[in-house]
Amino acid sequence: MSQYVLRRLLIAVPSLLGISLVLFTVLALAPGDPFSELATNPNVPPEVGLALRTKFGLDDPIYLRYLRWLVAMAQGDWGFSFVSRMNVDTLILQRLPTTLYVIGSAQLLALLIAIPVGVYAATRPYTIFDQIANTLAFIGFSLPTFFTGILFILIFSITLDWLPFVYSTDIKATGVHWVIEQVRQAIMPVMVLGLFQAASMTRFVRSAMLDVIRLDYVTTARAKGLGQVRVIVKHAMRNAMIPVVTLIALQMPAVFGGAIVTEQIFRIPGIGSLLISSILSNDTPVVMAVTFVFACLVVLFNLIADVLYGWLDPRISLR
Amino acid sequence: MLHTDLRTMIEGVKDGRMDRRAFIQRMIGLGLTAPMATQLLAIGGVAMAQSPSSYKPTKRGGGGPLKLLWWQAPTLLNPHFATGTKDQDGSRLFYEPLASWDADGNLNPILAAEIPSIQNGGLSADAKSVTWKLKPGVKWHDGKPVTADDVVFTCEYASDPATAAVSIGIYRDLTAEKVDDLTVRLVFKNPTPFWASAFVGAYGCIIPKGLFAEYKGGKSREAPNNLKPIGTGPYKFIEFKPGDLIRGEINPDYHMPNRPCFDTIEMKGGGDAVSAARAVIQTGEYDFAWNMQVEDEVLQRLEKGGKGKTIYAVGGDVEFIMLNCSDPNTEIDGERSSIKTKHPLLSDPAVRKALALLVDRDAVKKVIYGRAGRTTANYLNGPEKFVSKNTSWEFNVEKATKLLDEAGWRPSADGIREKDGKKLKLLYQTSINGPRQKTQAIVKQACQKAGIDVELKSVVASVFFSSDVANPDTYSKFYADIEMFQIPMTQPDPAQHMSRYHSRNVATKENKWQGTNFPRWVNQDFDAAVDAAESETDPVKRAALYIKCNDLMWQDTVVIPVMHRLKVAACSNTLRPVISGWANDTDNLQDWYREA
Repeated sequence: MSQYVLRRLLIAVPSLLGISLVLFTVLALAPGDPFSELATNPNVPPEVGLALRTKFGLDDPIYLRYLRWLVAMAQGDWGFSFVSRMNVDTLILQRLPTTLYVIGSAQLLALLIAIPVGVYAATRPYTIFDQIANTLAFIGFSLPTFFTGILFILIFSITLDWLPFVYSTDIKATGVHWVIEQVRQAIMPVMVLGLFQAASMTRFVRSAMLDVIRLDYVTTARAKGLGQVRVIVKHAMRNAMIPVVTLIALQMPAVFGGAIVTEQIFRIPGIGSLLISSILSNDTPVVMAVTFVFACLVVLFNLIADVLYGWLDPRISLR
Repeated sequence: MLHTDLRTMIEGVKDGRMDRRAFIQRMIGLGLTAPMATQLLAIGGVAMAQSPSSYKPTKRGGGGPLKLLWWQAPTLLNPHFATGTKDQDGSRLFYEPLASWDADGNLNPILAAEIPSIQNGGLSADAKSVTWKLKPGVKWHDGKPVTADDVVFTCEYASDPATAAVSIGIYRDLTAEKVDDLTVRLVFKNPTPFWASAFVGAYGCIIPKGLFAEYKGGKSREAPNNLKPIGTGPYKFIEFKPGDLIRGEINPDYHMPNRPCFDTIEMKGGGDAVSAARAVIQTGEYDFAWNMQVEDEVLQRLEKGGKGKTIYAVGGDVEFIMLNCSDPNTEIDGERSSIKTKHPLLSDPAVRKALALLVDRDAVKKVIYGRAGRTTANYLNGPEKFVSKNTSWEFNVEKATKLLDEAGWRPSADGIREKDGKKLKLLYQTSINGPRQKTQAIVKQACQKAGIDVELKSVVASVFFSSDVANPDTYSKFYADIEMFQIPMTQPDPAQHMSRYHSRNVATKENKWQGTNFPRWVNQDFDAAVDAAESETDPVKRAALYIKCNDLMWQDTVVIPVMHRLKVAACSNTLRPVISGWANDTDNLQDWYREA
């Protein structure tokens, strides 16, 4: 087991190197310039922008810039943002709590809806409940978050005036009021993201469950006279969960990576909005760091998923 | 002729024989901007007027929180690193310059005790030095006094190339000398008739020597105060999250009486312009949002029964179409649009004139810009009453057709005009931006009627405006026949605005397309006028020269002005902000207040 994990981690090193190389090259080849805003400012002579480019090493050949980045990264130096001239790790750490809170809650909500609904629908396929759940799921994942987000804002903020639509990281209240405010402002983004995730997950859980529930051993368990709940939870669900675990594991990096569209709509200062604003301003060090961390997380959670398989189904052995 | 008249008029104002307001009106009539007119008076020896303040509160504080919404978030708080307007606005909450421009284009003293003039000995006759006196008793937020040393240091800090300050262009051609603890003399290398760019406005913010002295030059990035500003402003810094939020609280020791009004200030960033307008105008979650680049129709809908409104500030920003004088399709020494070539179609003045007749500025205003635009014939636009007597514009398809017919451009079988085998086909590029694409469509339609085929091209703004030498789609390379964008006028002086088109500034491969003369227009008279204006210390002659520059550009149709754009902000019904078209939105923040 530990040997397996070690081997997988070693394999991850070259693949991460490859990913970083591709990312860096793509970013370096992409058009644009972090100092383009200076170019439109008549107070700033054009040489100033050029001097800044040279100072920040943007005029060096790509391979040299990549090597420099790699060496610095290996020493734990993430570089600094061209636009805020601040260390990249500080920038990311500043954004992380908000992203974890909002996106994490959304994922949790999705799971809390998807598993019970999916399992229940699978035990009673083609009943009214199943039909309704299926229809809602279809609608849910057909509606993009930028649409539902704006719809929610129109209904709950503008028409009804119940919820704020600008997320604030700095709530004046203390104690209980602080918690209430914190929850209140997160309701809309969490709902938008959570319901979207829940919709696709419900369908996934349902079909995984349907595959298992028809198998002979489930019938056997029933024939032994076990209760419905026990059969479903103990016998069927555990086996049905294997594909679901994969799905969840692959979605975990997204919890850290944030949700670009939703964060932009509700002005949530998370990793997603950091990424998009950095991309727009061609802030290579930040884009590089965020995407690279994202790549690491994907590799890591894939590994975790594989390890979990072994626990869920002892027949899968990890060598 | 003109300037002897002006001389008498200036003398008149000086002796009190003529009203200064009347003088400015006359100047505006002559095609000068109001700020220029006040500058004229200043150098002509009349002290600059200060617009009366409408500030009402009679005590400091008590106005509650002020919540600002900037849909692009500030990313740093050092005014000399401020790449974009958003960063300048953010830094300006805490740092202050010696003076700022008010809504009428007059200088308003902030840290200065008075505005330099000939009478108070602040201005020298040769325009080579300016002496500023600091207000006594001003303290930094950490309690240390503000002295001339800080001003001198700011100049040294910004002008050091190793600091990598974006304001270097303003400070490298001057030196600051300390006269005494509260007096600084700025000495310019060359006569500088417009002396008010250093230490005025966003790039004029003074930083404390005590905290930045160690971080001048190569170590500038490491200064802890880059993110924790200690300034002199009306609000003291509490917290900054780059790209998200700035928070501040009232400065109880602020150097102006009864100011500021608000107890706390918050600047939230991110999102988009439309939802920012919603948060201010419709739901009232925020008090003020900047730069409402939203269609007027949408804003009007939001304003119905809302909690806020839009407000406008007039500056000199102009949106225009630039006509290429060189040939974008011929490559010479690896360079297209080379100055060595002539444009095959646009070198014919009739085509240029026809194009100007085909831009329906009224329709553009009506359909797109609404209240946020004004039609104009001029490249150089000033405050509200500015109407040049010498220029005019019209939209007239028949006249354009006639002009082209007379010049020998005859319609061919496919309806497109041609002459000597050259078809009248133009590539029209701009950045991706809703209003610009709509303008393109309006122009294209009119051109089609006149038998000109226009191909539209739009480039992502971050590419179009970049200085990336490797990219062919930038606005400075200008590999198209005509292109459209906006040049902001950040200070009420035409020097920067006009010298762009001097022939020495032509964008070429040699200067890595850093030259600002994108149309590659070469005109001896214009060059001579700009050169003369730049060393002309007589304000009256100087003004006449810049008017001549504008008229020359109009005669040659170097650019076709599409819209004189106003600054638009969304503002709560109870807030009384002070914004100026000549300054950053937060530049007069100390005078903002709330009316119950």
